[in-house]
Amino acid sequence: MTEPVLSVRNLQVEFASRRGTLRAIDGVSFDIAKGEVLGVVGESGAGKSVTGLAVIGLIDPPGRIAGGEIHLAGLRIDNLPPEEMRRVRGKRIGMIFQDPLTSLNPLYRVGDQIVETIRTHLNLSEAAARRRAIDLLAEVGIPAPEKRIDGYPHEFSGGMRQRVVIALAICAEPELIIADEPTTALDVSVQAQIISLIKRLGRDHGTAVMLVTHDMGVIAETSDRVAVMYAGRVAEIGPVQDVVKNPLHPYAKGLMGAIPTLAGDDKRLMQIPGSMPRLSAIPRGCSFNPRCAFAFDRCRVERPEPLARGAQSVACHLYDNVPAESAA
Amino acid sequence: MLAFTLRRAVQAIGVMFAVGIIAFSMFRFAGDPVNQIVSLDTPAAEREAVRKSLGLDDPVPVQFIRYFADAAQFKFGVSYQFRQPVSALLMERMPATLELAICATIFAMVLGILMGVYSALKRDTMLAKLFQAVSLIGISLPTFLIGILLIYLFAVTLGWLPSFGRGEVVKVGWWTTGLLTLSGLKALIMPSITLGLFQMTLIMRLVRAEMLEVLRTDYIRFARARGLTTRAVHFGHALKNTLIPVITVAGLQFGSVIAFSIITETVFQWPGMGLLFVQAVQNVDIPIMAAYLLMVSLIFVTINLVVDILYTVVDPRLRSTVGRAA
Repeated sequence: MTEPVLSVRNLQVEFASRRGTLRAIDGVSFDIAKGEVLGVVGESGAGKSVTGLAVIGLIDPPGRIAGGEIHLAGLRIDNLPPEEMRRVRGKRIGMIFQDPLTSLNPLYRVGDQIVETIRTHLNLSEAAARRRAIDLLAEVGIPAPEKRIDGYPHEFSGGMRQRVVIALAICAEPELIIADEPTTALDVSVQAQIISLIKRLGRDHGTAVMLVTHDMGVIAETSDRVAVMYAGRVAEIGPVQDVVKNPLHPYAKGLMGAIPTLAGDDKRLMQIPGSMPRLSAIPRGCSFNPRCAFAFDRCRVERPEPLARGAQSVACHLYDNVPAESAA
Repeated sequence: MLAFTLRRAVQAIGVMFAVGIIAFSMFRFAGDPVNQIVSLDTPAAEREAVRKSLGLDDPVPVQFIRYFADAAQFKFGVSYQFRQPVSALLMERMPATLELAICATIFAMVLGILMGVYSALKRDTMLAKLFQAVSLIGISLPTFLIGILLIYLFAVTLGWLPSFGRGEVVKVGWWTTGLLTLSGLKALIMPSITLGLFQMTLIMRLVRAEMLEVLRTDYIRFARARGLTTRAVHFGHALKNTLIPVITVAGLQFGSVIAFSIITETVFQWPGMGLLFVQAVQNVDIPIMAAYLLMVSLIFVTINLVVDILYTVVDPRLRSTVGRAA
């Protein structure tokens, strides 16, 4: 296999707070290959967004990357000087945020914002950048782009604004796009359009996509592989059909069981008891153990490390080679 | 846009009408004007003659309409103490007040915005903390005290700047200006600082707070994620969004700068409208007081109108909603 576009190894992100240091991300590792879509799923606060922000280098103080390495196509980017990291942002990594309504500066025409970004990264004249901006708007599916380019953000609907945001994210042909809940703030019908747009752009340009969401439906539809995050760690990662059809980690099983199906209206949706621990009170051993139906003594003491199971990788003692008497 | 401007203009006229009623009633409630014009031993017949010549025997509504019609043409009657038309007195004094107010506002805006932006962007530096401390002094010290302290330091102790007056002035048409002579400029420094210091600290604190707020917004985060330079993010994107509330406050404050200039003008014996007003109060010169009231309200109302229009120029969202509503 060729070198992955993005390679994250043992990433740790900490936030200094009045009550001591909180570890939001604790030893996260994953790769994304060229043209691949990695879905990152988990409850709110599992560390999905923070992982995305860490990759693009936008963790603001009091947060900081405390350990691990991030490589973009071989280049280590987690310790780049700020000015060099700025050149990577927008040029080699594009980012799409959750709320298209607030992602654009309301006081500037959308065209000006696109041209500004293009000219920051590419050596183009004003006129050439404008032509490129019109092409980009057309590519993301904005009708009459040569007219709309002079509109202000408030003149666009939510879905159209998210298309503009996507155009901004891809305007310098990045190798990686980080999409942080790109459809959460949108109508269901618009969600599908945006998802297929991101998917098509990734395919057409060979861009790697890190798709952060809590929507399993979106993941199943878009992603090639999926990482299930829980309390700042990757619980399970693998090809999307394997993880959806045959989840290994008890938490992943719970998540998949919580997806409503049209056929299965005869049984109640499965529900995971309890809620995710706060960062200040992450339990010893496996962070999922207080909510896990299969937890045994070892889970309360020892933190599980990722284990390979076919194409999947799971961090759970149930699958450790050392046989445990209560393995399911 | 035009309809919006017209609607605001009509509202402004309404406000001026209300102020006119108050100004007019000052004449009625501050005693009999005839008594203030004539001497104590004037015979009754002569008093009646004066009353008739001034139109004071007409019914009140007629007097009011006449007063308002005159005021609309900037005729405010004759000053009791100077025996000159009030409008001539005001016109003579207005350049001094306006020059002082404009200089004070420019001083306040330029320094206030610079210090505000600096203390928002470099909020943990010593200098930013010093600005915060100094701004507290500027907000809490009364104007007259600052004026007196400045006079003590720069006029009495160091002898660098004149302690009172406007210095040499040059006549440009009917406008007298102190901006073209060295002594006029030197005389302008201390009153401008005194008058503008409060506004400066206010603007600085406002800019700092707004800037910090804007820097937390999603579009600033997205601008950074797009890889824009720090300068483009701070000064292209953040500052412009910060300036919307600053325009409002600075604009409205310009009105109070003119109103507050009464104190500064008194401290520095600045020959402006404020000083004229203070003298008028001491001498119960009602035509001047009423005219001053009308002038200051006119300035306030005009500024409000200009600020509303400026708003729509800066913020495109307002432009279209205004257009749609109209």
